Amino acid sequence: MIEFQKVCIRAGDFQLNDVSFEISSGQYAVLMGRTGRGKTTILESLCGLRRVQSGTIMIRGMDVTDWPPADREIGYVPQDLALFPTFSVAEHLQFALRLRRFQATQIDRRVNELAEMLGITHLLKRQIEGLSGGESQRVALGRALSFRPSVLLLDEPLSALDSETREEIQTLLRTLTENTGVTTLHITHNAAEATALADRRFHISAGQVIEEAVNPEQQPKPSDSSSG
Amino acid sequence: MTDTATYRTTGTKSKLKRRCADLPFFLVMSGISSCFILLIVLLLAADLMFTSFEDFRAAVMKPEIQSAFRLTILSCTIAALLSIWVATPLGYLLSRYRFPGRLLIDTIVDIPIVLPPLVLGLSLLILFHLPFGNWELEAWLRDDIGFPVTYRWPAVILAQFSVSCAFAVRTMRVTFDQINPRAEDVARTLGCSRGQAFLQIALPQSWRGMIAATTIAWARALGEFGPILVFAGATRMRTEVLSTTVFLELSIGQLNAAVAVSLLMVAMAVVVLVVLRVLGTGLTS
Repeated sequence: MIEFQKVCIRAGDFQLNDVSFEISSGQYAVLMGRTGRGKTTILESLCGLRRVQSGTIMIRGMDVTDWPPADREIGYVPQDLALFPTFSVAEHLQFALRLRRFQATQIDRRVNELAEMLGITHLLKRQIEGLSGGESQRVALGRALSFRPSVLLLDEPLSALDSETREEIQTLLRTLTENTGVTTLHITHNAAEATALADRRFHISAGQVIEEAVNPEQQPKPSDSSSG
Repeated sequence: MTDTATYRTTGTKSKLKRRCADLPFFLVMSGISSCFILLIVLLLAADLMFTSFEDFRAAVMKPEIQSAFRLTILSCTIAALLSIWVATPLGYLLSRYRFPGRLLIDTIVDIPIVLPPLVLGLSLLILFHLPFGNWELEAWLRDDIGFPVTYRWPAVILAQFSVSCAFAVRTMRVTFDQINPRAEDVARTLGCSRGQAFLQIALPQSWRGMIAATTIAWARALGEFGPILVFAGATRMRTEVLSTTVFLELSIGQLNAAVAVSLLMVAMAVVVLVVLRVLGTGLTS
């Protein structure tokens, strides 16, 4: 579903060389690693916001390495959420559907469905100013999922939330991804978060992405274990 | 005696004193700031005291000054609208993209700001009359297009635009610098082209900057004098704007009329600033 084949990316002072990994359809993958190691860079390359120097990025079996972000059909929730300051909550959920020229009735139906799923029906008419951290996070998630993408990218979606909201959103993420079957790549620093959510767990270190066991107690998968 | 006991004893002896005062800070800061405010207020007050209401009325009733007033309003408005039309895309490109020659373009934009006004007027005059072989821009515009520029009203607008646009570009660039580009990035992942992201995400966020840029462009156009004098001339009832009126009235010894027109320009500038501020506040709410 998502496949990085020997991808090299240069970003600022650091360089990622020959990054290769794959995530199968419908899996929830978590990517961990220390700050400044290139986790966000990988997400940006995947959704087309950053050019790669070499290598191939495949999505649903298509080589999208040189495709613009608009054509990749990827839902992206950046760390700062980047909600649109002039839009209402409903407009956020409508935006991608309007771009795809959906009919008004279809848009209304999808917005109501999403709002219900995310628990933000009561917020639909609100402007984004004054929304709480958890509410903003739900809006950003709704915006990213509105056009039913096959891939969802989450850049530290829980880091700025209090523990109670964090658990709420964590449960919501698990439910959403199971219900929609979307392939998810989630960046986090938090090991507990990774344990709770991940089907696959990756770690970025020294410019390389390495797969780890989903639970630290478990042995790594045979394919990733040098001892076999 | 233990340490705690010693501390208690000395602590009782030396009473707390309030030593930190902010008053000197405010006195110094407001003292320095008030020098400038006072200068401007005194300038305006001196103008007001110099002229009388009768002088002012007599000046503004003159047909030449009324004509200059109309041309000023019209030319400043057109120059400001042209400026914002050009400044928005240019400011956006300079803010968002790193491209070859960007530094050069950035410098070129600033040239009208630093160029002496008379030099700018002279440069415009030369550009329109420089022969390229048998071809000359002014002759082509006049004879083939039927739209002569030099020493006519279009020259007034072009001279005003040349300077006011540079200020508008600066303002728009800062405006886009302050808008988070991540929102446009996300819009692109949602299906926007770069153009759609600009029109639907960046532009609606920049309206405050656009109002500020239009205000600055209008105000700069109102104060423009040197380039207009050289490139458009100061022909009464034809290319005379209020800034040239002040010059013309002064040159024929009509100091009262010159001061009256100056006050009229101050009033115009204040009205435009207030209207745009109110419009800005209204849009916010």
